[in-house]
Amino acid sequence: MAGRIQLVAVIASVAMLVVVFEMVRRRRLMERYALMWLLSALVLTVVSAWPAGLRLISHALGIAYPPSALFFLALGFILLLLLHFSSAVSRLGDQTKLLAQRAALLEERLRRLEGQEEERPARGSEPGFGRADPGLAHERRLAAAANRERFTSDS
Amino acid sequence: MAQASTQRPSCLAIIPAYNESSTIGDVIRALRQHAPRFDAIVVDDGSTDATSEVARGLDVCVLRVPFNLGVGGAVQAGFLYAVENGYDYVAQVDADGQHDPRELRKLMAAVDGPDRVDMVCGSRFLTNEYKYPAPVSRRTGIHIFAFLLSRMLSRPISDPTSGFRLYNRRAIELFARDYPHDYPEVEAVLMLHHHRLRMREVPVKMYLRGGGRSSIRGSGKSAYYMIKVLLALAVGLARKRPLVDPSDPAPVSAEHQL
Repeated sequence: MAGRIQLVAVIASVAMLVVVFEMVRRRRLMERYALMWLLSALVLTVVSAWPAGLRLISHALGIAYPPSALFFLALGFILLLLLHFSSAVSRLGDQTKLLAQRAALLEERLRRLEGQEEERPARGSEPGFGRADPGLAHERRLAAAANRERFTSDS
Repeated sequence: MAQASTQRPSCLAIIPAYNESSTIGDVIRALRQHAPRFDAIVVDDGSTDATSEVARGLDVCVLRVPFNLGVGGAVQAGFLYAVENGYDYVAQVDADGQHDPRELRKLMAAVDGPDRVDMVCGSRFLTNEYKYPAPVSRRTGIHIFAFLLSRMLSRPISDPTSGFRLYNRRAIELFARDYPHDYPEVEAVLMLHHHRLRMREVPVKMYLRGGGRSSIRGSGKSAYYMIKVLLALAVGLARKRPLVDPSDPAPVSAEHQL
């Protein structure tokens, strides 16, 4: 069965390996998700480059036409990956929900604290950032600068 | 906020609201008048109208979720707030005026009763004294859930979809940790059972919505609602042990397992 289809299969699966690897290298794909892709690309490469192995598999599965076993394997991997993504999406959904709830709680707390702060100093002054009190604004700028410095020196 | 543990227990009323600016004011005023021991918190579930402004105008705490989470997520935010602020009892009251704050007294009496229960549920169907004026289709759905749940828990449950509920500390902590996503009421009853917490139903009078729109409307949505809750019940049945217990790993974590 050696011939064009085998050549195409080998090239495609090697290309897939290279692309996935390159994406991981450029941090476009997290290792966690890359593992599944790498595994499927690897298996497909081996199977397409080694027709005897493919014939063995297709024989064991009762598939008359060995390249069909290749499709079968590829389809299996696709389904597995999709399931994997559904689970990842569910997890992300849960995490976003948690973040949204936290954000709402913090916002409420901030509002309450600002309300208390507003009551303490003289009434009538606008509570916006850096508008009411030039001294306070200056202090904030200093703190922000210190923060920036800390972050840049960390990384 | 009320943090007095030595005096009377502190009570919080969670009011989840999604675009309810027309009714929320009346609900808050009724709550103040008829259930003054309850602090109120409105959880604005990403409304696009003036719900938050109306509530804040009445000097009520508002948790404003950045986007629409669904009732489950909104109510859970309220539970988290209750845990953080050390409330002993939480009531859940709808923002559309279905629930009468006067009836909270009945729920309170039941939760404080001789045998400890962790959740008291206001039921529309326990007596014939009150007629619940809902369309037949909706009532049928509710009765199907009630029938299934009664079988699963082997005790009578008459109104598992009622959102008019009172929770004690244990139930609050459980639901702050883990609460179903979008149509939570029915599943919550099952969760409570799995965690060996007790619940009781109390007959209450309910009204039809005062204004705004229900989150379950249109036949497509109700079909989805039925199927989703049935699936949740089936899955819940297969779930032998509680999903999350204290000291378990977090249900949501950055760690990956597959």
